[in-house]
Amino acid sequence: MSFLPKPKLHHPKLPTNALGYTRRDYEGAISTLCAGCGHDSISAAIIQACFELDIEPHRVAKMSGIGCSSKTPDYFLGASHGFNSVHGRMPSVLTGANLANRELLYLGVSGDGDSASIGFGQFAHSIRRGVNMTYIVENNGVYGLTKGQFSATSDKGSKAKKGTVNTDEAIDLIGIALQLGATYVARSFSGDKDQLVPLIKGAMRHDGPAFIDCISPCVAFNNHEGSTKSYDFVREHNEAMNRLDVITGRAPITADYAPGEVREVEQHDGSILRLRKLHAEYDPTDRVAAMNHLHERKAAGEIVTGLLFIDPDPRDLHANLGTVARPLNRLGDAALVPGAAALEAINAGLR
Amino acid sequence: MTPTDISNPDYFHKVVDCQWACPAHTPVPEYIRLIAAGRYSDAYMVNWHSNVFPGVLGRTCDRPCEPACRRGRVEEEPVAICRLKRVAADNKEDVLARMPAIPSVGNGKRIACIGAGPASLTVARDLAPLGYEVHVYDEQAKGGGFIRSQIPRFRLPESVIDEEVGYITGRGGVVTHYNQRVGSLRALLGEGYDAVFVGAGAPRGRDLDVPGRREAAANIHIGIDWLSSVSFGHIEKVGRRVIVLGGGNTAMDCCRSARRLGGEQVTVVVRSGFEEMKASPWEKEDALKEGIPIRNFLVPKQVLHEDGRLTGMVFEAVKAERDAKGRRQLVPSGEPDVVIEANDVLVAIGQENAFPWIEGDLGIEFDRWGLPKLDEATLQSTLPQVFFGGDAAFGPKNIIWAVAHGHQAAVSIDLFCRGEDVSQRPPPDVVMSSQKMGIHEWSYDSAVSLDLRFKVPHAENEVALRDIKTEVELGYDRELAFKEAQRCLNCDVQTVFSAKLCIECDACVDICPVDCITFTEDGEEMELRDRLKMPAHNLEQAIYVADGLKTGRVMAKDEDVCLHCGMCAERCPTGAWDMQKFLLESAKPKAERVHACAIR
Repeated sequence: MSFLPKPKLHHPKLPTNALGYTRRDYEGAISTLCAGCGHDSISAAIIQACFELDIEPHRVAKMSGIGCSSKTPDYFLGASHGFNSVHGRMPSVLTGANLANRELLYLGVSGDGDSASIGFGQFAHSIRRGVNMTYIVENNGVYGLTKGQFSATSDKGSKAKKGTVNTDEAIDLIGIALQLGATYVARSFSGDKDQLVPLIKGAMRHDGPAFIDCISPCVAFNNHEGSTKSYDFVREHNEAMNRLDVITGRAPITADYAPGEVREVEQHDGSILRLRKLHAEYDPTDRVAAMNHLHERKAAGEIVTGLLFIDPDPRDLHANLGTVARPLNRLGDAALVPGAAALEAINAGLR
Repeated sequence: MTPTDISNPDYFHKVVDCQWACPAHTPVPEYIRLIAAGRYSDAYMVNWHSNVFPGVLGRTCDRPCEPACRRGRVEEEPVAICRLKRVAADNKEDVLARMPAIPSVGNGKRIACIGAGPASLTVARDLAPLGYEVHVYDEQAKGGGFIRSQIPRFRLPESVIDEEVGYITGRGGVVTHYNQRVGSLRALLGEGYDAVFVGAGAPRGRDLDVPGRREAAANIHIGIDWLSSVSFGHIEKVGRRVIVLGGGNTAMDCCRSARRLGGEQVTVVVRSGFEEMKASPWEKEDALKEGIPIRNFLVPKQVLHEDGRLTGMVFEAVKAERDAKGRRQLVPSGEPDVVIEANDVLVAIGQENAFPWIEGDLGIEFDRWGLPKLDEATLQSTLPQVFFGGDAAFGPKNIIWAVAHGHQAAVSIDLFCRGEDVSQRPPPDVVMSSQKMGIHEWSYDSAVSLDLRFKVPHAENEVALRDIKTEVELGYDRELAFKEAQRCLNCDVQTVFSAKLCIECDACVDICPVDCITFTEDGEEMELRDRLKMPAHNLEQAIYVADGLKTGRVMAKDEDVCLHCGMCAERCPTGAWDMQKFLLESAKPKAERVHACAIR
């Protein structure tokens, strides 16, 4: 951790986005995590993504639970709304906030303990309800804050720092998310920002439950020989399905690709996801095929990354419930508290 | 590209832009930190070892360090390096005891220095502690040369000159021959000196050649001669209306002196534009502040006179144009001539070298500009035992260059007297030391100040213009000096990278406030510079490239705007980055190793 804040001076030629902000304007307080923590790279990727998307900081609500990962919202988007909830309860708080005001961009940040153990149910239900959000799990496969016990995402057979072998089966959050209906599913690695930043951008422009499992090595407790979440292991076993470019109209990408190499998917908001295929047979719009492929490659010892599934035409919780479009804070008293007569009418309708 | 060789002292030396730009290679950040710590005497000695005249230079230096300062590339203005130097000189305690002892028994070698200016005095200072008997000749009654005769007292009080010249001439080992003009080099060589150093300056001011010059001669003065007459009290008054010709620092000294000696309407007239003037920007600013207009693009055409008295001058208006070959030329603008009335004219349009006292058959060769043919590194002339330095060597420069020449010449003379090859230059002394004290604690102040440059307080015009001996600049007080010192980025605290420790976690890349670190595929330098996180388009600044990483990529760091804040090292989990202080002292004659490196 560091005592001194990061110096305010920046590169004199640092570019600005359409809003006139530099990337530095999307930063938060200085990180108090261990030096070299993968989570800090993910924070940097979120900062970069929001900068590139010209997002107004006050249009973002960042939510988290408890854990190293859940501390990170303090370290990015210092001018955004934030809520640091109880352990594992970020998905409910986020769902509630989203129901009250659908006009904000919701960014849920969680960890493998927060989402795969104490908050597993919360995670699962927020996905299956279709909350419009970007849900990022900073997955290091270890309980870092309590000094290195296996977490629920530690791979079976992997070793703890002191040599203990994990005998429990790991929860694959990607598999769960696919199964429960997430409409944008990706996996990435904190050490590969070229891959991660576009995946976050695509997720933030997605109108539905977008889930990113981001492997993020814990330098203090899970970066040793025998770990399957170390920098070295992930680099050696990383198998990217595709590379993503997110095109929002502002800066067109003009690179040429051979026919068949590129697939473009237009999202609801008009943004285009341009996927450069690295595996010719992989189809990211086929949920069942994606699940099968994932299991196959896992059995072969590979860590599959990239945009694994995308439904370009998602439905979200508001659509399912038929809620009012206007945020609750902009409705008048009469609409919010319709009175006894209105209640009577509802009750009568249910009889 | 080829990985950076950080074992070559030049690499990190160049990163310390101020020190690299200083002809005498003064370790600037080192003494600035000492000033911030209130260790003024230590700061003074770091300066003294490198530039010999900290009190003088802290007021008058041309400060090549400041345009080079990295701070000027990350915000508006560089650190006020020069004026901080003065703070060290103003606040130091008695430093005599810290100076190298002069041995009571000499080494038997006798050296003559011609001229008692900064170059000669530097030679004397460097050689006397080694046991050399140095004889210094000067036509004036006191040492200092142009420092004493040319720089007006309102910029440099005489007490400062006396003190710093005294540290050299008053501690033994140096014999002064003042009031003695060397009229013949042959005669001097005949006195059996082991080596002779010519530091006689460029003592001849260029004259004006226009109609009326001769008739009005009584009211036309050569700038440098007039300034020295003012310095020595021979001239105490000037006419009410004065024209100063020329756009250099001498012209600025002339006009400001004239303003103090009764000149009410003093006008500077320059052939070229305001931007092209040779005077330092701050000198022009100071002149303007004292109510002296500077008129540009006017070429002297004629001197007007009546009954042998000067009445004014006529100037032709010109403009700058590029000729067919793209060279800039001044051509008549077609506007009517400008007449400026005046009682006196001061001519400060340049200086020339003149060596009438060096006999043609001694074996010292001169080039077609009248300058001696010298080896640029050793300053040795074509007569092996004669060396040149200061303005006498390559024409008019400035004090800090004269000092730098003095050091080089002293090294050469020492080698020469030992019978060694003068072309084998000794390497500089370099010490690298880690600044790490704890996980996130450094032994330098790593926090980066956001303060803008602090102005040096000046005396009010009413006070300053009344007496030519009233110093205009008041200097920083200790509190202002501390704040200004904190603006220094500590560029000598280097980011040192060790690829074999790096796990490529990107922590340094993410934290760097100026985006100067990139991990990427190797490539040719120009192509690599282009695809760094922030493209490195300042080609004068190196990129630090290290290979040997596990992924086969390279680490490439653009040195250009690095704040030396240590964040990369602080956020590095494996200690692959370390902040190491790079302290370099340029080579001095051998025994004098009492230098800055002793203070850590």
